[in-house]
Amino acid sequence: MLDAALCVVRRDLLLAWRRKSDVATALLFFVIVASLFPLGIGAEPNLLRGIAPGVIWVAALLSSMLSLARLFAADHADGTLEQMLLGASPLGVIAAAKTIAHWIISGLPLVLIAPLIAVQYDLPAALYPVLALSLLLGTPVLSLIGAIGAALTLGLRGGGILLSLLVLPLYVPVLILGAGSVEMASAGMGGEGQLLLLAALLVAACAFAPWAIAAALRISME
Amino acid sequence: MLEASGLHCARQGRTLFRSLTFSVPAGERLRIAGANGSGKTSLLRILCGLLAPKEGEVRWKNTPIDSLKEEYSREIVYLGHAPAVKDDLTAAENLDIACRLAGFAAGANEALARLGVPADIPVRKLSQGQRRRAALARLAVSGQVPLWLLDEPYAALDVDAAKIVDTLIAGHAARGGAVIFTTHQETGAGASRVLELHA
Repeated sequence: MLDAALCVVRRDLLLAWRRKSDVATALLFFVIVASLFPLGIGAEPNLLRGIAPGVIWVAALLSSMLSLARLFAADHADGTLEQMLLGASPLGVIAAAKTIAHWIISGLPLVLIAPLIAVQYDLPAALYPVLALSLLLGTPVLSLIGAIGAALTLGLRGGGILLSLLVLPLYVPVLILGAGSVEMASAGMGGEGQLLLLAALLVAACAFAPWAIAAALRISME
Repeated sequence: MLEASGLHCARQGRTLFRSLTFSVPAGERLRIAGANGSGKTSLLRILCGLLAPKEGEVRWKNTPIDSLKEEYSREIVYLGHAPAVKDDLTAAENLDIACRLAGFAAGANEALARLGVPADIPVRKLSQGQRRRAALARLAVSGQVPLWLLDEPYAALDVDAAKIVDTLIAGHAARGGAVIFTTHQETGAGASRVLELHA
C-alpha cells in the first residue's frame, strides 16, 4: 500500500520534471500577481507593508487554483486514472499520494519564494518565518480541498470555472487564518493562535479529504 | 469464477441491456459482440466495478464485487479504450508503474521485448500501433492475474501484433484464467463463447 503511494508520488514528480514549464507557469503566475499590486497601488511603504500578507496569500490561493485543473485531468484523459481506480490499494491512499505530489509541485515552491516577494513589500525580516510557516501549513490544505473540487468537476464542460466557484469559497478560512497570522505577528501580538488553527485545519483535511477525493473520483468516473 | 445476474444498464435514459445473466468459468474466452452503442464497453466497466449496474449484481467466486473492492481489483486486469500509458514516460516506466499499482513487480523489459516495443524512449515518440503494443504489454506480465477484461484489444494492431494478442489470450485460457473481450470482427484465436448484445 505504501509502495503504491510512493510509486504514485514518484511518478507525478517525474512527470512534472519532464514537463517543467507546467510547474514554472503556476510559480510565475504567483510572482506576477503579487508584483502587480505595488505597481497598481503605488509605492507607499506603509500601505504596502499593511497589505502584504493579504496580497501574498490571495496570490497563493489563485496560483494553487490554477494548477488544480491539471491534477486529475491528464490522467483521466489517457486512462491511467481508471487503472488507479482498479489498483490493488485503496483509492483514498492513491488520492492522498497524488495530492502530496501536487503540493510538492505547486505549493512548496510558493512557500520557498514567498520571503522574496515579502522583500518587495518591505515586510520586516522578523515576519518572514511567520509568513513561510503560515504558507507551509496552509498550502497543503488548499491542495487537499482543491483536489475534492478537481475530482468532482472531472470531465465536465467548463469545469475550470465551476472548479473556481466551488473551491474558492472553501479557501476562505485558510485565507483568513493565513493572512491573519502574519498581521497579528506584525502587530506584535504573535500569530501563534492562527498558526495553530491552521495546523488543526491541516490535520482535519489530511484525515478526511483523501476519502472525499476518492468518493468524488468514483462518482466522476461512472 | 465470475457470475453476472440480472444486469440492467441504462445510459442517458436509454436501456442498453436488461436481465443479462451469464457466468464465466475458468479457461473461458468470452467474446462480447454487438453493434456500436450496444453497451459492450458499459458491460465491461460494470464487470470490473467502475460502473454500477442499475439492477443486478456481479459476483466473483460467489461474493458480490462491491464488497470485495480492492481484493477484486487484484484479481483482474482491465484494458479500456484509452491506452493508459503516459506520453512523457518510457514504455518500461509505464509498465513498471502499472504493475506496482496492480500490486506486483514484474520484468518490464522482457514483456516489452516480446511485443517489440522500444523500452527506453518516451511513449510520445512511438507510433500509434507501438503505443497500443505498449499498453498490451500489461497482458504479458499479468499471467498470474485470473481474469482479463479487454475492451477492443485488436484495435489499431497490425497482423503480427494481433497474433501476439491471440497467443496471449489463448495461453491465459490454457493456464486456467478467464478472458472477456470485445471486438467488432471475428478474430483468429476465436472465442470459446460469444455473447451477443442487442441495442
